[in-house]
Amino acid sequence: METFLSNYAYAFTLAIMCVGLYGMFFKRNLVKKVIGLSIFQAAVIMFFVSLASKMGGTVPVKWDAVPIEMIDGYMNPLPHTLMLTAIVVGVATQGVAFGLLVNIWNRFKTLEEDDLHNAIMEDSDD
Amino acid sequence: MIEANLPAMFVVSYISVALLIVLAGVRVKQSAQPLATMGALVAALLSFVGWVVVQAHTDAGFPATRYGFGGWAPPIGIEFVLDGLSAFFLMVVNGVAAVVLWHSAGNIDKHLDAHPPTFYALATLFLLGLNGMILTGDLFNLYVFLEISSLSSYALIAIGSRQAPLAAFRYLILGTVGGTLYLIGVGFMYAMTGTLNMIDMMAIIPLIAQEPGVLVALLLMIIGIGVKAALFPLYGWLPESYTQTNSISSALIAPIGTKVAAYVMIRILLYVFGATELNAVWPLSDAIALLAGAGILFGSVMAILQKNLKRMLAFSSISQIGYILMGVALMNPLAFAGALFHVLNHALMKATLFMVSSHLERQEGSVDIRDFNDSYRVKYPWSMATFTLAAISMIGLPPMAGFFSKWMLALGTIEAGHWILFGVILSSSLLNAVYFFGILEKVYLRRSGQKEASKHPMNEVSWGMRLPALMLALTLLVFGFINAPILEVLQSLFPT
Repeated sequence: METFLSNYAYAFTLAIMCVGLYGMFFKRNLVKKVIGLSIFQAAVIMFFVSLASKMGGTVPVKWDAVPIEMIDGYMNPLPHTLMLTAIVVGVATQGVAFGLLVNIWNRFKTLEEDDLHNAIMEDSDD
Repeated sequence: MIEANLPAMFVVSYISVALLIVLAGVRVKQSAQPLATMGALVAALLSFVGWVVVQAHTDAGFPATRYGFGGWAPPIGIEFVLDGLSAFFLMVVNGVAAVVLWHSAGNIDKHLDAHPPTFYALATLFLLGLNGMILTGDLFNLYVFLEISSLSSYALIAIGSRQAPLAAFRYLILGTVGGTLYLIGVGFMYAMTGTLNMIDMMAIIPLIAQEPGVLVALLLMIIGIGVKAALFPLYGWLPESYTQTNSISSALIAPIGTKVAAYVMIRILLYVFGATELNAVWPLSDAIALLAGAGILFGSVMAILQKNLKRMLAFSSISQIGYILMGVALMNPLAFAGALFHVLNHALMKATLFMVSSHLERQEGSVDIRDFNDSYRVKYPWSMATFTLAAISMIGLPPMAGFFSKWMLALGTIEAGHWILFGVILSSSLLNAVYFFGILEKVYLRRSGQKEASKHPMNEVSWGMRLPALMLALTLLVFGFINAPILEVLQSLFPT
């Protein structure tokens, strides 16, 4: 119980991660796969952010009330900045993913995995 | 001056070329291909300079040129590190890319009807990402460059047959999961060590190697990079992507894309961790070696079953990347030198084979192996001679370079006492022989039906396409003859 209370944030991130993975690998619609992908990435971002948070810590800007030697008084800024970059990467990935989906729609007029499979099978028969 | 700033110059030159291509492409669409080729050529020359500088420094006792961005000293800031291993990979990647981009000039009209500038800007960004992955000395920065190269390669793969965007989408899903798993692994390592700098982390790891968290982090990073490297059984995206995409992209991505992921494996497994720390909790290197061995056999068997030349080459890539990862995981200098030499050889061989398959696709409209017959020998004498040279090297017959890398890998398995993997290497050479001799037999011996073979007119592609392919194939022969000094230098790169 003690370990759970001090680590519950990680348990929730893991749960969100599983939701994302489920969406990516078991949903048959390609847009839902992209939604699963972004949930998965969001879980990782939450993991990094919870890694850096401290109970009672303040923003990492030098403040006279909290001497710089009191490390527990300040949040760790590095994981947050890393995640800013990771969010940008995630947005770019989704942009490319939706670009590909538009292309797939224009060529096959469907985004359902099973219909696409049938369309490809018909292609190879010709 | 050049020496101190050399690590940063690769990325700077590529990004300026990418911007220049887009700007110049508005007015002159034809300028894109020469600009991209020049960019890769400049990077190849820079990597050669880098290699010479690193060799001179190693003799004088400073192993690496480190460049801290923005004047922030590492480990606070992000740094680029140019050492022997990264200089070697830079030479392979940029050299092969320059030749492939030069060769691509003849294929523009067939594949890239209206948008050569966009394509070449993406190709340059892809190379930028790969160069960044090789040079960076920071684990998170590596993730960013990994995503730059991956995102551009998804777009490059989507240009192709009707199914190409679908293949690219599947690669995107798998590739992003891989990248994100790597990122979680980096997060674990950061939580345990408090640093992201590789050289800094190297010093801390021996203190914490016993903790189970390190094993979790390593597994996550290996699975993540394994997706990109097509480590068995994470190869799912590769065959469709290489088959459906246009022949310029496949010739560009197939030889160098997976190699850089293998480089990241080498960097993390051998340099950041090292044999004792890696296997402190669980024999991880044996597991990777066995997976790679399974990949070698699986890739070879699947390649025999294929009817499409491009798909056959894609499955053979899965088997060849297995050789490289196996050589890395065996953790001894012989296997390590064999793996690095195989990186060089396989990049040259795969580029050559994909170039020749693009010649056939261009002139015949299809690359179905069942259609091959002895009229090809008369129609494409140069392309087929080139193909034969690369195929012989692929099978691993002396004096081609492919023989010597497999020989070193076999010696490495004996040194490590892994008799199963020794058997895998030998039997896989036989399997390689089955599928490549099958093609050579068709091209040189199989009757083409009613017409005499010699009645067919010669139907070769232009010299601008024949020459680059032939040049790479002859390089294989040259490297085969001068294998001893190369292998000696590569063995010296093994971290002690």
